[in-house]
Amino acid sequence: MEKRVVFRSAWLPFVLVAPQIAITILFFFWPAAQALYYSFLVQDPFGMSSTFVWFENFRDLFRSEHYLASFRITAVFSIAVAVSGLLIALLLATMADHVLRGALAYRTLLIWPYAVAPAIAGVLWAFIFSPSIGIASYWLRRAGIDWNWLINGDQAMLLIIIASTWKQISYNFLFFLAGLQSIPRSLLEAAAIDGATPLRRFWSIVFPLLSPTTFFLLVINVVYAFFGTFGVVDATTQGGPAGSTQILVYKVYNDGVKAADLGGSAAQSVILMIIVIALTVVQFRFVEKKVKY
Amino acid sequence: MVEHRPWFNVLAHAILIMGVMLVAFPLWITFVASTLTYDQIITVPMPLVPGDQLIENYAQVLTAGSNKGSSAPVSTMLLNSFIMATGVAVGKIAISILSAFAIIYFRFPLRNFFFWMIFVTLMLPIEVRIIPTFKVASDLNLLDSYAGLILPIIASATATFLFRQFFLTIPDELAEAARIDGAGPMRFFWDVVLPLSKTNMAALFVILFILGWNEYLWPLLITSREEMYTVVIGIKRMIAGGDATTEWNLVMATAMLALLPPAMVVILMQKWFVKGLVETEK
Repeated sequence: MEKRVVFRSAWLPFVLVAPQIAITILFFFWPAAQALYYSFLVQDPFGMSSTFVWFENFRDLFRSEHYLASFRITAVFSIAVAVSGLLIALLLATMADHVLRGALAYRTLLIWPYAVAPAIAGVLWAFIFSPSIGIASYWLRRAGIDWNWLINGDQAMLLIIIASTWKQISYNFLFFLAGLQSIPRSLLEAAAIDGATPLRRFWSIVFPLLSPTTFFLLVINVVYAFFGTFGVVDATTQGGPAGSTQILVYKVYNDGVKAADLGGSAAQSVILMIIVIALTVVQFRFVEKKVKY
Repeated sequence: MVEHRPWFNVLAHAILIMGVMLVAFPLWITFVASTLTYDQIITVPMPLVPGDQLIENYAQVLTAGSNKGSSAPVSTMLLNSFIMATGVAVGKIAISILSAFAIIYFRFPLRNFFFWMIFVTLMLPIEVRIIPTFKVASDLNLLDSYAGLILPIIASATATFLFRQFFLTIPDELAEAARIDGAGPMRFFWDVVLPLSKTNMAALFVILFILGWNEYLWPLLITSREEMYTVVIGIKRMIAGGDATTEWNLVMATAMLALLPPAMVVILMQKWFVKGLVETEK
């Protein structure tokens, strides 16, 4: 789309875009290019010299047991976060859309976790599930479950899933509620007059009409689980025990910052970039299509 | 509601109330924990009603920090978070509205190229280019500074994109009238575009403020001096490791202080928040 009426100036538009272009080059293109460049280098342990090694870093990664494990862990984690977050939010949004009174109050009470930083969400849940003093651990022990995520990898995974999902429900809820409220009432009323039960109306009318929202949220949630949850992991398990919660983005940080393996970490960054770009492209293609329904 | 089904109404309210309670449970525990003494908090199970240490705990973290982990006062960290969040929000809105204005209201060489340059930043979150970005910041001497905290976060296209969409909906007649009256582009920007963009700016501000406040990985890398910590980082540094040594009552008081400002922004500015969220993501 273009404007019919435009202003004329040889220099003003360049001045106006200059700040954003400068920051974008400095803090986006330059670092992204560097990441790409580093990914082809191997540095000696003291950082004194580096050698250009083509795709060796990438080859090493895909031969590394740890890296492949991190892929599996990320897959399990993001599917669990996306699916449970979407299901709970959809249930709550459907109910909030149904009640006449108090819908706004429920919305207010449900959306505030969006404002909580992932790292703080991690701290909150780590405290509640703390093996020695946590209140939930106490209840679990009373129920006969031996709870200690510091040594049990599955429990550590469950903890970061709970903390990450908790934080994301509010976001999904808002979008589902907006989607539900845009469904024409007349459709539902017509179905009700024909004798369709609420459950039937949900599956035959509401759910299909919500599918664009659901797909959009699915992509957003997967991206969130991939990148947005760094704070949750760092504040709780830090990838442990024994790497069982080391999601990809945490491994980039761990290998690059803590283990100072510049080339390996950069190669992981590049792989992550490819994943995000793929997800973004999928999302945009879908957004273009969905307008038609 | 389409028809009258009393039992379904009751069920809906019951599910919603359960949802609200489940969502609020960690907040309640955090609040209770922040009002207890250290000895109360390490007794198992911890009490579920608030204790009497509310003022003591909050006063201690605000003025002196924790005893065992980081000892920087939380009031400094809150100020840092506030400066960072405001800087990110204002900075992003300022550079975005200018570049969107240029891209929509001017024809100039490289216009499309610039637009695409800005647009592709949508695709890569800062997490994937963290180490080279850190190197750039350190080369520019930006470590442990507010500019270092703020500038790299500003490099993103969401706001530019939103303003671009909005400017396209401003009727052409306005620009035409301004030109006939002899107003230059900047006059038009100040007197017409800016006032019309107020609601969009408010909505964006709310979203960007929260994102800036909650940013974690970047401040974690770039701040090494305690007086530059944002509050989210400060909490992490207070957890000294091991339950026995962490003063959870103070950590939880800090957590309350860290989550209240953005939560209040969401709740009090709910209208802008919802608008901003729905529009920046689409």
